[in-house]
Amino acid sequence: MTSADLLRFVLLLPLVGAVLNGVAPLFLENLRTRETLLGTIGTAVVGIPFVLAVYLFVTFGGEPVVADYFTWMAAGDLNLSFAYRVDQLSLLMTLVVTGVGGVIHFYSIGYMHGDEGYWRFFAYLNLFIFAMLNLVLANNLPVLFLGWEGVGLCSYLLIGFWYTDLSNSTAANKAFIVNRVGDFAFLVAMFLVFQELGSLSFDVLLAEGPGLPEATLNWIVFLLFVGATGKSAQIPLFVWLPDAMAGPTPVSALIHAATMVTSGLYLLARLSALVLGTPVVMMIVAVVGAATALMAATIAIAQDDIKRVLAYSTVSQLGYMFMAAGVGAFFVAIFHVVTHAFFKACLFLGSGSVIHGMEEVEHGLEERGRDTSDFDPQDMRTMGGLAEYMPATRMTYLLATLAISGIPLTAGFFSKDEILFKAFEYGYDGQTYAMAVWVVGVLTAVLTAFYMMRSYMLTFEGEPRWPLPDQLTPHESPSTMTGPLWALGTLSVVGGFIGLPAVIQGGDWNWIHHYLGAKYGGPVAEASVHGHVPLALEWGLILLSSVIALGTVYYTWRVYSAQGLAYDAALQQRLQGLYQTWDDAYYWDEFYDGVVVDSLINGIGRKGFAAFDTAVVDGAVNGVADAAQNASGLLRRVQTGLVQNYALALTLGAALLVGLMLYGI
Amino acid sequence: MDVAPNWYLALSAVLFTIGTFGVLFRRNAIVVLMSVELMLNAVNLTLVTFSQSMGDPSGQMLVFFSIAVAAAEAAVGLAIVIAIFRSKVTVDITEIHLFKH
Repeated sequence: MTSADLLRFVLLLPLVGAVLNGVAPLFLENLRTRETLLGTIGTAVVGIPFVLAVYLFVTFGGEPVVADYFTWMAAGDLNLSFAYRVDQLSLLMTLVVTGVGGVIHFYSIGYMHGDEGYWRFFAYLNLFIFAMLNLVLANNLPVLFLGWEGVGLCSYLLIGFWYTDLSNSTAANKAFIVNRVGDFAFLVAMFLVFQELGSLSFDVLLAEGPGLPEATLNWIVFLLFVGATGKSAQIPLFVWLPDAMAGPTPVSALIHAATMVTSGLYLLARLSALVLGTPVVMMIVAVVGAATALMAATIAIAQDDIKRVLAYSTVSQLGYMFMAAGVGAFFVAIFHVVTHAFFKACLFLGSGSVIHGMEEVEHGLEERGRDTSDFDPQDMRTMGGLAEYMPATRMTYLLATLAISGIPLTAGFFSKDEILFKAFEYGYDGQTYAMAVWVVGVLTAVLTAFYMMRSYMLTFEGEPRWPLPDQLTPHESPSTMTGPLWALGTLSVVGGFIGLPAVIQGGDWNWIHHYLGAKYGGPVAEASVHGHVPLALEWGLILLSSVIALGTVYYTWRVYSAQGLAYDAALQQRLQGLYQTWDDAYYWDEFYDGVVVDSLINGIGRKGFAAFDTAVVDGAVNGVADAAQNASGLLRRVQTGLVQNYALALTLGAALLVGLMLYGI
Repeated sequence: MDVAPNWYLALSAVLFTIGTFGVLFRRNAIVVLMSVELMLNAVNLTLVTFSQSMGDPSGQMLVFFSIAVAAAEAAVGLAIVIAIFRSKVTVDITEIHLFKH
C-alpha cells in the first residue's frame, strides 16, 4: 500500500469513529450506556492511525508525498482539491496528535465513566482528531482552514459539554467568538494570497511567496499571525483559554494544551519561509510571545483553581513558542510544541485525577449531610497532602512539574533552553529585540518554576485541608487513568532527547533540527545567524538555566513546605496591588467588557447605528416589500373573476397578434 | 349553381364574429354556450369550404370529428351550467365569479 492509501485511513478512521459514536447512539438509546464499547471504538480509531503514522514515519523517504484525493471546488481560476501532504513536519505533528490523543482517549474511558453524555464525548473527541489531522496534513490553505474551523467547532462543543450549566455554555461562546476574530484575519490573509499568487497550495505559496513585494508579504504574514493569536491564545486574544477549562479535563489536556492551541505555531512553522521574509512581523511575533509568556506566568501565580494555573501556564508556554518563532527558530518552536504536549497533557490529566479524587470527598461530605455548595473540587486551597492517597498521580504530576520547570535533562529543559539560547543567539547577532525577549524569557522561566512548584506543593504536600480529613480520603484513580499518566510522565522526562543540543553531545546531531530543518532538506526554514556565540558562553547559558530552574524549584519547595497556604497570604501582603492585578488577570476581561461589549457593541453599535438601521437598512427592506405590495394591489384588480373579461383580453390579444402579422413586422 | 368560395368564407366570418360577440357580451350562460357552438361551426364551415375548393376530402373528415367532439363538449358544458344553477339558482354569468382574488 502506498503512503497515500495509508493516509486515507489515518484521516478517515477518526471520522468513522465520530460517526459511529455520535450517530448510532442517537437512535439506539441503549447503546448510550455501553461505555466499554463506545470507549474502545473511540480509542481504537485514534490508536490505529497512530500505528499507521508510526509506519509512515519509519518508512518516510525524505521527499514530501502529496496525496491529491479529489477536487473540492473549481471555479474560474480557483481550483481546490482535498490534497494532503506528508513531510517531516506533518508527520511529527500527526504523531503527536494521534499519540497524545490516543493516550488521552484511553484516559477518558475511565474519567468519563458514568457521564450521561459518554457517547457524545467520544464522538466530539474523535471529530476533533479528524479536524486536527486535516489541519496538520493539509497541502493547501483552505483544507488547513477547514481543519482550523473544525477544531474550533469541536473545542466549542467540548467546552460547553456540560451545557446545562450556563457558565459552561458562556465559556464555549467566548472561545468561539474570540477565535472568530482571529479566523477573520486568517481568511483575509487567504484572500490576499489568492489575489497575489492565484493559488492557495503550499507548493506555490512556499515557492513564490518569498518573492512577493515586502509590504504585501508583511500583511499576509501579519494577518496569519493574528489568526494564530486567536487559536494559540496570545495577547490580545488569549482570554478564551482560561475559561475553556469549563470543559472536561481530558479536553483541556488534548485540545487546550497539547494539540489545538499549537496549531498557530504549526501554521508559522509550515510557512516559515514566508515568515523569514518579514523581519518586522517577526519582531511583533517575538514581542507578543514574550509579553504573553510573562503576563500569563504572573497571572498563574495568583490562581487557586488547579486547572486555571495550568491554563495560564499553557498560555505562557505558547508565548515561549512564539518567542522561538519570532527569532526565526521554528524547529525549536515545534520541539517545544512536542515536549509541551507531553508534560502539559500529563499535568492536565493529573489534575483530572486529582479532581476525580476531590469529587469523591465531595460526595462523602454530601452523604454525611454537609453543605457542599462552597466546596470546589478544583480549588487547591481545599487540597493538600494528596501525595499519601494518590501516589501515582503525585509522581507523574511531579515529573511533569519538574519538566516544565526546566530541571536539567527533562524534556522541558532541552526545549525551553533551546528557545532561550536561540533568542540569545539572535540578539548576539545584533537584533536588539531578541535580547529583550531573552531577558523576558529567563524571567518567565523563574516564574514558571515557581507557580508550577506552588501548584504541586499546594495539591500534594502538606496537611489535608478539606473538611473531615480523618473520615474522608480520596482514592487513587483506576489504572485506565494512571496508565496514561505514567506514559506521559515518562515522555516528559525522556522526550527531550529528540532535541539534544549540539553543544551537550559535543557533536552536531540535534535530531529534531536535522529532521525538520530546511538546511538538511526538511520543510522548516530558519533564520541564518552570522555571529557565533562562543562555546563558553553557550555552556554558561545552559548553566544559568539549570541554576535558575533548580534554585527556584528548591526555594518554592522550601517556602511552601514550611508555610503552605500562609506563603500565598504573605506574598499577597508583600505585593499588594500587583498581586491583585495578577489575580484579576490584568483586567483583560473587564477591558473587553468595557471597550468592546459596552462601548462598541452596546454603545456605538446599538445606539449609534440604531437610526441608520431603522432608516436605511429597515427602510430598504420594508420599502421593497411595500412597493411590491402596492404594485400588486393595483395589479390584482385585473383578477375580476368574470370569465368574459378574460375571454375579452384573450380575443383582443389574438386580434393584436393577427394585426401585427398582417401589417406589422 | 356554383357559388364562389369567397361567399362561404364571408358567411363563416360573419358567423364567427356573431359567436365571438355572443361569448363576450351575453350574460346568459346558455346563450354563451350557444355562441361557442356558433364559433365552432363557423370554423367547420371554413374547413369544408377549403376542402371542397382544393378537392381534398380530409378537411371534411376533420369536420366530422370536430362535430363529434363539439357534441361531447356541449354535453359537458350544459352539465356544468346545470350544476352551477343548482347551487346559485342563476345562469347569469356576471354573478359567477369564483376566480375573483
